[in-house]
Amino acid sequence: MKHTLSVLVENKPGVLTRIAALFARRGFNIDSLAVGETEDPSLSRMTIAVDAQDSPLEQVTKQLHKLINVIKITDLDPATSVERELVLMKVKAGSETRAEIMQIVEVFRGKIVDVSPGAFVVEVTGNREKIDAMLKLVRPFGLLELVRTGRIAMGRGSAKL
Amino acid sequence: MNAARALLEALKREGVDTVFGFPGGTIIPIYDALYDFDIDNILVRHEQGAAHAADGYARASGKVGVCIATSGPGATNLVTGIANAYLDSVPMVAITGQVRSGLIGTDAFQEADISGITLPIVKHSYLVQRAEDLPAIIHEAFYIASTGRPGPVLVDIPSDLQLAEIDYDADRAQKLDLPGYKPTVKGHPKQIRTAALALAEAERPVIFAGGGVITANASEELRELALYAHIPVTTSLTGIGSFPEDHDLSLGMLGMHGTQYANYAITNCDLIFGIGVRFDDRVTGRLETFAPGATIVHVDIDPAEISKNVAVDIPIVGDAKRVLAGLLTEIKKHSPSPDRHLPWMEQVAAWKRAHPMTVRQDESEELLPEYVVQKIWEVTKGEAIICTEVGQNQMWAAQYYLVKHPRRFITSGGLGTMGFGFPAAIGAKLARPDLTVIDIAGDGSFQMTLQEMATAVNYGLNVKVCILNNQYLGMVRQWQELFWDKRYSATCMVCQPDFVKLAEAYGAEGYRATRPDEVEEVLRVALSSDAPAIIDFRVKREANVYPMVPAGGSIDQMLVGEDL
Ligand SMILES: Cc1ncc(C[n+]2csc(CCOP(=O)(O)OP(=O)(O)O)c2C)c(N)n1
Repeated sequence: MKHTLSVLVENKPGVLTRIAALFARRGFNIDSLAVGETEDPSLSRMTIAVDAQDSPLEQVTKQLHKLINVIKITDLDPATSVERELVLMKVKAGSETRAEIMQIVEVFRGKIVDVSPGAFVVEVTGNREKIDAMLKLVRPFGLLELVRTGRIAMGRGSAKL
Repeated sequence: MNAARALLEALKREGVDTVFGFPGGTIIPIYDALYDFDIDNILVRHEQGAAHAADGYARASGKVGVCIATSGPGATNLVTGIANAYLDSVPMVAITGQVRSGLIGTDAFQEADISGITLPIVKHSYLVQRAEDLPAIIHEAFYIASTGRPGPVLVDIPSDLQLAEIDYDADRAQKLDLPGYKPTVKGHPKQIRTAALALAEAERPVIFAGGGVITANASEELRELALYAHIPVTTSLTGIGSFPEDHDLSLGMLGMHGTQYANYAITNCDLIFGIGVRFDDRVTGRLETFAPGATIVHVDIDPAEISKNVAVDIPIVGDAKRVLAGLLTEIKKHSPSPDRHLPWMEQVAAWKRAHPMTVRQDESEELLPEYVVQKIWEVTKGEAIICTEVGQNQMWAAQYYLVKHPRRFITSGGLGTMGFGFPAAIGAKLARPDLTVIDIAGDGSFQMTLQEMATAVNYGLNVKVCILNNQYLGMVRQWQELFWDKRYSATCMVCQPDFVKLAEAYGAEGYRATRPDEVEEVLRVALSSDAPAIIDFRVKREANVYPMVPAGGSIDQMLVGEDL
């Protein structure tokens, strides 16, 4: 099962190491992890995407809670949250393929942020499905490089996590 | 004032009067401040000894134990002791020197990333980055180490920061800022009511008490509950002493080397009331056959323990003392009749009669280790603090020294650290100078930390080491005998020092007993002296610990040797 954990932590040195180490020790592979300051600069929020069974994940969540610098953990339900990822992709683009690639980028509301004789750098944001769908279309042209920020997510509505 | 001095002031405010440590380059500023400060440093002979002594001190006193070491090798020598305290949930603050802040990360002389190394074995750790934070960090460290589920906290301090002049505001330093740390101490009232009803209605109940009861100082409440509701009590290894083992309701220890009656009771009960325990694999054996028909109530302060190993029916997260007090009030409302579970109590009594833990020493035969333990119990009237090493000695001590009070059985349960008992005994003696302190040891384990005899003699600490000397790494040999075709690979240790002369070389007293009729006399003479001593009991070399549940087996399927 894919899970998206939103973890509120104190913005202190070593916190990321402690969290990553806990996942590693229990044999979990983190799909992606994104960290940044929150509205309160003394706090950071991590969005951790993992693929795990429910009961081992519950054990890790409990262990995470025990870390002194961890304040709150929420397992975000995809149905009631918004998730996004920013992706940069360098795509081979020759004179015959440029137009076609530009069209795809437009359909996915992406942006071409760099143009050079042999390639485009494309920026796109979206949820998992959208990114996957776009990658599938772009790959045949020659995907030279791919960089992803990892998922970030937020619950819908006015409630604050 | 410099930060080193402020650290000592903060320790003082935490009620510290004794620390265990060993100096070195990066911790000199703190030792310099200690030179004329009224906290005693017990100078050990190896940093592992400092950590174990702090551990023994903490378990015997209920206070936080403090150990100090220099950077690099000093800090890494603490690692075993920190892991030991972590696995047994012992409150400890370990203070280490670190290379100057500017040198961190450069592989400087005696640099080791001790906060990185200890990451998985501490409750929390600090690498101090600003000198002015140090006093507040010390208070946080003590608070974290001693509350919730206790554990070790490491404070690593670069040497230049120890020397920095800071503005020390004692009161401000004590204001804690820990937004992510709020242990649940009060059990959920509804869960407590549910558990009380289940206890009152159970037909075949057993209480299973662990180290958490001792940590929470909840033995009195446990006793009240057991006596009021008339329920037999078994304990884990670290729970020994949480309930008086000489009481009729005591079943002793359960699990791999538990009593037969405790294991039968657990297997056949309809309700386990587990408190301050973690259902460790040495206790449960094969999980599928562990207490198959039982409703499981589990009280623990650590939510991560609930349903970790066994599925729990009635979980209660909270402090053992508070939960037990609440439970007692609730169960009284049901006023369970004392004979509601008469057949069960008769069954338990029958198991006890049929499979007693008896010592069968023939006066003309070789000395049996369990006979020695029993004599130690008699001579000390069951009132001593018993520390143990690890292996057969530990199990015989657990089985045959019937502990009557909490904080009087100090053993490395989780990590199983050979060499723990002796330094722990030194710490325990400092915490409780009024009590007789004995380390029940194996010859192998004792040789791992015996250098601390110099510490004991140095400070006049009356600790008696009773070696059950079988000239084997006995417990491993026992496994090899039973499961590895008697291939005694690397377990025979006939080459050993003359322990009597060794004691004398350190300025302690040495004794030896080889025949059963010598045991009591030797113990009386040794215990009547104030000096630390080693007593070398030459026991039957291939004696085994029984009962025994083979690893991974069902706990009601025990090997019982020839006699039991
Ligand atoms: C530091 C450490 N190393 C190895 C072991 C594995 N081990 C467990 S019991 C044991 C034998 C202990 O021998 P001894 O102290 O002589 O006690 P006995 O079992 O003979 O009573 C060993 C080697 C351990 N528990 N701790």
